[in-house]
Amino acid sequence: MKKFDALNFMTGFLAFAVMFFIYFPMLIVVIYSFNADTVNSFPIKHFSLKWYGVLIQNKTLLTSLKISALIGIFGTAVALVIGTMGALAMHKHNFKLKRFFERIVLLPITLPGILTGIAMLSFFPLLGISISLTAVVIGHTTFLICLVLTQVYARFKRLDPYLEEAAADLGSTPWQTFWKVTLPNIKTAIIGASLLSFTLSLDEIPVTFFLIARDNTLPIEIYTMLRRGITPEVNAISTIIFIISLIALILSVKFGERETKII
Amino acid sequence: MFLKLKPSFYLLFLPLALWMLLFLVLPYTRVFIQSFYTIDDFGVLQPALSFDSYKRFFTKELYYFTLFKTFGLSAVVTAIALIVSIPLAYYIAFKATKNKTLLYTLIILPLWVSYIVRAYAWKIILGEEGILNSFLQFIGFIDSPISALLYSDLAVVIGMVHIYTPFVLMPIYTSFEQIPTSLVEASKDLGANRFITFFKVVLPLSLPGIITGGTFAFVLSLGDFLAPNLLGGSNTLFISNIFQNMFGTSNDKPLGSAIGIVLLVVVLFVLDMSSRAEKRYSSLNSDRT
Repeated sequence: MKKFDALNFMTGFLAFAVMFFIYFPMLIVVIYSFNADTVNSFPIKHFSLKWYGVLIQNKTLLTSLKISALIGIFGTAVALVIGTMGALAMHKHNFKLKRFFERIVLLPITLPGILTGIAMLSFFPLLGISISLTAVVIGHTTFLICLVLTQVYARFKRLDPYLEEAAADLGSTPWQTFWKVTLPNIKTAIIGASLLSFTLSLDEIPVTFFLIARDNTLPIEIYTMLRRGITPEVNAISTIIFIISLIALILSVKFGERETKII
Repeated sequence: MFLKLKPSFYLLFLPLALWMLLFLVLPYTRVFIQSFYTIDDFGVLQPALSFDSYKRFFTKELYYFTLFKTFGLSAVVTAIALIVSIPLAYYIAFKATKNKTLLYTLIILPLWVSYIVRAYAWKIILGEEGILNSFLQFIGFIDSPISALLYSDLAVVIGMVHIYTPFVLMPIYTSFEQIPTSLVEASKDLGANRFITFFKVVLPLSLPGIITGGTFAFVLSLGDFLAPNLLGGSNTLFISNIFQNMFGTSNDKPLGSAIGIVLLVVVLFVLDMSSRAEKRYSSLNSDRT
């Protein structure tokens, strides 16, 4: 048997404490979503599914969910096409401003969202795009393109260049090479990038905040509800979001594993 | 190699370049230009080349004080997030054997959970009628609720540490994972105890990851206006809150733009410093793969 080790025990204890700190707040939200009371206080007197019922009745919230999903799907789809095309172009060709461009596309990812949001708010009306859902879609698509581009471009860099050359030598056209050789090899990067894009879009607040007019996305709607005062429905919707995030993560881990198996 | 032709390059690259020019580069340029504009008595923008907004920002105490305060609180958030992340990352990288994948998944899961949900959770925990207060009353620790929990600097710091810790954990864990076990074993064989091994071998080798994580936390906190909005009261202003106000209720776009440019320069400076530091410390051990 192993001897008791104080140092190991301390590390383990600290690790557990941090894990607890990370999960405790989310656990609280999940537990209190079953609280029958209007006030979130300790201890819970009665459990019920009441707030899930209220949630289903809340038309505004459901509409905002639909809006968020549509923006996420549209943004991800456009970002996948433009981003992958761009990554391919940057992978295949060297041009003068390449280094500069590589830095530009990192901006929406590394800079605070509020900067990008306000920049767009300041400029979009000059393009004739009014502050509306259209503006939100363009805003989301912009940072999603950058995300897809960086992810797929990183994969291209790791790709064996001889694969494509071999395909060309064996007589396949560029188009065939792309569909039969390149695409299958970057498939997992594309799936990973889409999952990440969709999740980010669904969760995005800073950019959306400045571009939105009347129809709210889900996080903005929740934010508005919170500003008006806490409503227990937020517990219920948060729990649902938590579960959806969990599923998305499990999916992405699954794809991630498959990826390492191929290599 | 395929797609050697120039036209195909433009076909692939043009949509991207155009999109980025129209919806990213020009908007940022607009903020830069706007920061030199003035406004008339009705709050309407007037094209000009004036440094007035910058002057106002650096002379009015509220503004530059808020900038310093934002730095201070972001530094506190970063420090706590680092202190909290290192033991957990260390545990998962070196101590956990069976449940490694599970634990790793558990630390990245919060990154996938909505920001707003995580901020909201602290609101119901720390509120005056919140869970912590009612719990403390229930066990008889306090008689009346502590009202200063929520809407304070403390609440904002706690919330931000919670929200940004996973961003810090990820790179630190990754850099711990990359340390060859042979180095750790060598250090122990040569007679170093675990403390010395940790501080002289593990920590220096994982410095790039620690710098990346710290930069994430610092930059994200600098630019956050939602956590201060939700968890901080009117007393806890971050620079982003003033920035945001200038485009809302205060309606002073030139001043707002100037604040934006200052924030942009600060963030770019921090990012540049951090990537330099990262390069420096990873070049010290570039012979490892």
